[in-house]
This record gives sequence, structure tokens and C-alpha cells, in this order.
Amino acid sequence: MTVSSNALPAAKASLRRTFRDEAGRMLRRLLSNPATAFGLCVIVILVLAAIFAPLLMTHNPLAQNLSNILKAPSAENWFGTDELGRDVYSRLIAGTRITLTIIGLVSIIVAPIGLVIGTTAGYFGGWYDTAMMRITDIFLSFPGLILSLAFVAALGPNLNNAIIAIALTSWPPIARLARAETLILRSADYISAAHLLGASPLRILVKSIVPMCLPSVLIRVTLSMATVILTAAGLGFLGLGAQPPTPEWGAMIATGRNYMLESWWLVTFPGAAILLVSLSFNLVGDGLRDVLDPKNR
Amino acid sequence: MTAAVSIRDLDIELGFGASRRLILDGVALDVPQGACFGLVGESGSGKSTVLRCIALLLRGWSGDIDINGRPVRDIPRAEYCRQVQMVFQDPYGSLHPRQSVATALFEPLRTHKLDRHQERAEAALADVGLPGDFLYRYPHELSGGQRQRVAIARALILDPSILLLDEPTSALDVSVQAEVLNLLSDLRTKRGLTYLLVSHDLAVIDHLCDQFAVMQHGRLLEVLPREAIANLQVTNDYSRSLIQASLDYDRAI
Amino acid sequence: MDDTVLLDIRNLSVAYRGEDGMVPAVRNVSFTLGRERLGIVGESGSGKSTIGRALLRLLPTAQITADRIQFGQHDLTRASERQMLDIRGRHMSMILQDPKFSLNPVRPVGDQVAEAFRIHHRCTRSEAKAKALKMLKAVRINDPERVYGLYPHEVSGGMGQRIMIAMMLIAGPEVIIADEPTSALDVTIRLDVLKLLDDLVTSRGSGLIMISHDLNLVRNFCDRVLIMYAGRIVEMLDARNMGAAQHPYTRGLMAAQPRIGGNRQPLAVLKRDPAWLEEKAP
Repeated sequence: MTVSSNALPAAKASLRRTFRDEAGRMLRRLLSNPATAFGLCVIVILVLAAIFAPLLMTHNPLAQNLSNILKAPSAENWFGTDELGRDVYSRLIAGTRITLTIIGLVSIIVAPIGLVIGTTAGYFGGWYDTAMMRITDIFLSFPGLILSLAFVAALGPNLNNAIIAIALTSWPPIARLARAETLILRSADYISAAHLLGASPLRILVKSIVPMCLPSVLIRVTLSMATVILTAAGLGFLGLGAQPPTPEWGAMIATGRNYMLESWWLVTFPGAAILLVSLSFNLVGDGLRDVLDPKNR
Repeated sequence: MTAAVSIRDLDIELGFGASRRLILDGVALDVPQGACFGLVGESGSGKSTVLRCIALLLRGWSGDIDINGRPVRDIPRAEYCRQVQMVFQDPYGSLHPRQSVATALFEPLRTHKLDRHQERAEAALADVGLPGDFLYRYPHELSGGQRQRVAIARALILDPSILLLDEPTSALDVSVQAEVLNLLSDLRTKRGLTYLLVSHDLAVIDHLCDQFAVMQHGRLLEVLPREAIANLQVTNDYSRSLIQASLDYDRAI
Repeated sequence: MDDTVLLDIRNLSVAYRGEDGMVPAVRNVSFTLGRERLGIVGESGSGKSTIGRALLRLLPTAQITADRIQFGQHDLTRASERQMLDIRGRHMSMILQDPKFSLNPVRPVGDQVAEAFRIHHRCTRSEAKAKALKMLKAVRINDPERVYGLYPHEVSGGMGQRIMIAMMLIAGPEVIIADEPTSALDVTIRLDVLKLLDDLVTSRGSGLIMISHDLNLVRNFCDRVLIMYAGRIVEMLDARNMGAAQHPYTRGLMAAQPRIGGNRQPLAVLKRDPAWLEEKAP
């Protein structure tokens, strides 16, 4: 026995090493797909832009300059200026923080709610499952944007309410997914074994079922980020999300729309930013699915 | 002496609506302390269902199941776990794919508030013939036979007296099956375990068991001594045909 | 048994692309098949199933190399995918382990048997149906008319495997590869299915490759047996002389098998010798 206990620290270290290798291998596989690599790059740039926004901005995004309105892109204003003379480029950079806030908060709210409702419904079954799934169905039966509109209209139009509204409409697909996974896992022998060894249902859920659901939930959340960005922009566009003068991309398009024909840059740049970021999340989600989903191996 | 496992009038229906069917119909058997008792039958005969009822993995049964003389439903959960454990058929499905062997073995020790995790886990691995550094491996780094050994170690770590074995070797290669069968037979002698073994392979039953029961369509047809296989001393027609088929298959076909 | 060689294989190797480089699954395997029953035995991972699939070229991701795979007048090393389409089913077919997974769940089984015939023979629907009914009768299904219209989930495992055999034999292939044909079946019907397969193969004068992990089965159902270990053939024996096997691996496998009426002593445990990995095939 002494020999093997001497070997233990080494074995533990090698366990940690395999863990790091695993993560490295995963990242390499993610990057080996050009589309995913592109998506990942855009998201990294988005995050960096948000972190270093003060350094990257050439102007104060809120400062008006009425003598310099609706100017085409130039050396002074890279992406031109809007109807109040604000620098579009600086507003775009400032907007990254808002976009990231929305994405971050929505996923922090949505993933746990979806996981908890889905796994408990799938594991316990019976009337609890029926009740939870009917509630989920009700949420699923409305188009996301319409439901968010209703929520924001009720709560009052501002950015925080928009985030709550979007979160409220994006958990049901995740709950559905987690429930479906749990239904399959529930009958696995290792769950039976854990049960037989005296683990409580809560412990089985947390220790055994949730870790198995996480990859697909992560994929689903990443994929739904694209929709979240579009919904947020849609709400902003309709004047129900971020309120002026906040430089939110959807709201920027909404005001730019009035001057679209003569000042193309007002809608083009924020539009392109929305397209690029939502596309990137989609690509990364697809790439994650290729790497994480055991069914695709 | 009270029987380790005693079953009377065990019935269970499974399925929903029109497809609801009686899976077990009045099953009764007694497994003496320290014995190895076999359950044989074709697929769909309900032999694994009996184990799952005893293990309380299926709930809707009616009848009586007594463990060491006490009705199984009256035994507190924690105590039950320390009396009865189970080993499953598929070594690839019975270990959590994302948990290391250490996690699998420490987990029950934690739930039962036992001390000296490391020591107990290493001892459990040693009992099934694996070195201590296997604690830090993941299931995908183990072969089928090694996985089954880990599953046996996990079942034994709470020191139960009764082991339910659901086709423990049928997913393994012959040479690995031999190792696991030897291990099971050693462990039984060393620890005085009681086995309830489900298998479709009469050669395995003959090798390990003292007594066995033949099942068909959810009914237990008869309980036979081990010698009945080789000598074909059977009264029931179906048992005879089942044993005859195995004998034919085992000896020159 | 005559000396016609149906299949002649020289130095067949199959490798899969792994995380780092190619991983060999079959290494330099050579054998011939006449109008006989040839058993291929080995444990999981020995490459026995890979051989069968490689012959039918059913391994899209694997790299298959061979000096020679001569099948009648076809050179399978050079056959195009179009030629393989004609060969599969018509001249060489394969029976898999579990009929549950190899039958199409949404079509009546009889139609699937008839279709197997129609793919390779010009004929009308009713002719194909008549042929399929005859074939179902040949696999000893008592009321073929009723079984013809059943769906795969409505038939038992043994019946499903008979239907698979009917489907695979209907086009009259010269070589049949059976990959663990009875492992998913209960022991009471195993023998029936094996005997049926044996009768059909012998009466038609086809060649049969029986792939199995079960030494006992091949020893009793085959004429010759190849024993595989780690992608190589370690021993080639007449089935009658299995008792005289020389290779320690073969002997170990036989000793590890519990026998009915055995003495209940601990079973002999196979000790694997690393030298087996490299030694030359006999």
C-alpha cells in the first residue's frame, strides 16, 4: 500500500495535467474550424472593446456638437456623426458595453432558471413535471419579441426592464432541453447506483445530472445569444429598450432611420455591428456543439 | 436462520394506458444468508425487474420483500444502503463519465459520513485487485473489465452483506469474464456476502451459484439446485427446454 | 467442399485516423475462403468485425490497404464504388448482430426483403413479393403471408434475425459475412438460427464467414477457425482440432470459459504476453 500512496501525489498532478490538456485540446479543436475561429475572434474583440472603451473612443459618445451634424465618415469622425453631431464610432464602442451587459445578465439569469426547472421537472416527473412543462409551453407559445414587448410595456421602457423581459422569454427552450437530457440520464445505471448508495435527490441532481446537462445548455445559451442581441436591438429600435441618449445599437438604428437616405452611415455601422456579433455567437455555438456534443463524435 | 432476501407475492405492472402490463406475477423466493442464488430466464422474463424491485429502483410493486427478516420498506434509507448494493450489466453505463474513480468512491463515504476516505477507497480498490493510483483515473481511461472492478469496489465500499448482480459479466470478453467471476467468488468467501445473480448464461450460474430459479413471462417457475443443470433433473417443461438448449450450446452442438 | 477459392486476401490492413496519427485495427491479415464456413474469433478490439466491414468497404473513415483482395473475378482493391454497389448484397452480404438496428422501423419487413431482391434483379413487384414469401418460408417462418406485413417492432428477436437472414440471402450471394449473428438472441433460439443459417449456406454452396467472440460457437459451426489478437491472426486451425490449439492465447481463451458441470475451481486467467503483438502469423 505504501508504494501506491507514494505514487498518489504524482497521480493527482497528472490528473490536473490531463485536465489542462483536455481544455487545450478543446480550444485547438474549436479554433481548427475557421468559422468558429472567426466568431471567437469577433467576440474577443467585442470584449476587449468593451474593456478598453475609454481608450478607444475618440470623442465623448454623449457630447453633442450641433455645428457638425450628419457629417460623412472622415479622418475626424471615422464613422461620421449623427443628427446631434455625436461621433458614431465612439457611440458604437460605448454600445459594446451595453450589448455585453445585456448578454451577460441574460445568460446569468437564463441558464440557472432553465437548468433548475428543466432538471427538476425531468428528474421528479409526475404532477410537478406536468405543471412546469405547461408553464414552459405557455411561454414558448408566444413569439419572443412579442412577449418581451408585453413585459416591457407593463414594466416601463428602460434597459433593465428590457433585460428582465428578454430573460423571461429565453429560459423556456433551455428548460425544455435540460428536461429532455435529464429524462435520458435518469434511467442511466450510474444514476441508479448513486441512488442506491444513498445520495439524496438534490445531491444526484447537482453532482450527477447537472454536469451532464451543462455542455448542451452552454451550446444552447450561446446560440440563443444571437437572438438575445437581436431582441435587445429590436426593443431599442422600438423605443422600449435603452432610452436616448444611451448609445445602444438598436436605438441608434431607430434614430438613424429618419436620415437613412442621405446619411447611410447612421444605420450601416450599428447594423453591421449587430449582424457581426449575433452571427459570431451563432458560429461559436455551432463550433461548441461540434466539440462538446458527444452525439456528434 | 432468517433468509437474507425473502420475497412473497411480488407483483409489478409497468407502462402507461393500453401498454400497461403485468411484468412480475406472484414471484416468491428465499435467498439463504451467504448463498449465491441465480435467476435465469430469457430476455423479457422479468429477472432483472426482480433485482430492481429489491433495490427499490422501481417503486410501484406490491407484495413483501424482506431483507434479513425486515420488510424492505421499513428499513431506513441509510441503513438499507449499507445492507444491499447492486452491480450493473453495462460497465460503460454504470460509472459517471465525468467523475473520477475517486469521486465515485468518496461520494458514498461522504453521504454516509464515514471517515478516512482515502484509506477506505484504496482498500476497496485493493480488494478488487486494482492499484491505488487508479483513484485518479476517469472511466474513459479504463477497460471494460477495470470499469466493472471499480463498479464492484463502489458497491462494496459501504460494506453491504447482500450484492445484487445484474448480468455482471455478460458485456465482457471471455478472458475478462473469467477474472471478474474469480473476483466475485473470492469476495464472497472472504466477506461472507450473499449474492443474487441474474444471468442468461447457465454456465456462469453453474459456476457461481448454489441454487437458482427459472423465470418465464414474469412468473417464477421453479427453484432448482445447481446440480440440476448438469444432470437435467427438472420437472417443468420450460426449464427443461431452457437448460437443454444451454447444454446443447455448451457441449458439442 | 471443393477447392474453389471464393475470396483470396493478402496482407489486408485497416487503420483509423486517431488523435495522433493512424491507429491500426487490422494488421497484415491473409486468408482464403472457399465454399466453406470460416470462423473468425477474437475479443473486442481484436479487429474481427473490421475485417468483415473492410471487405464490403463499409468503413468510410478507415484507410484500407491490401496486396490483394480477389473476389471471384473482381479485384476489390481496385473496385469502384459503383462496382461495390453491385457486389454488396448481390454477391457478398452481411448479417449483423441485432435485427432491431438493421431493419427499417417504418416499413413492413416483407417489403424490405422483397426490396433486397428488386435492387439486384429486374422483376415486377408481385414477382419480388412471391420470391420474398418463398424466402421467408425457407427461413422457417410458418405463416409468411402474415409476417410479410408486420413491422420490425412487432416481431421477436429470433424472428427478426430470420428475416435478416432471408433479406441477406435472397439475392443469392456467394459469400455471406455473419457478424455475431446470434449474440443478441436468447440461448433457446440461438441454435435454431445457427442451424438455419448453416443449412441455407451449405445447400447453396456459398462461403460463410462467421465472426464471433464465442469460441464454442465457431468450433461447432465452422470448418476452419482464425483466431485474432490485436489485429493479427495468431492461429489458424481446423475446427475439429481446436483442442490441439498451440497458441497460448487460444488455449487461454478456451480455459477461461466456464463450463456447465465444471469443478468450480477458479477459472484460468489469460496472461497476455506482449510478444503476441509482434509475432508473425503462421
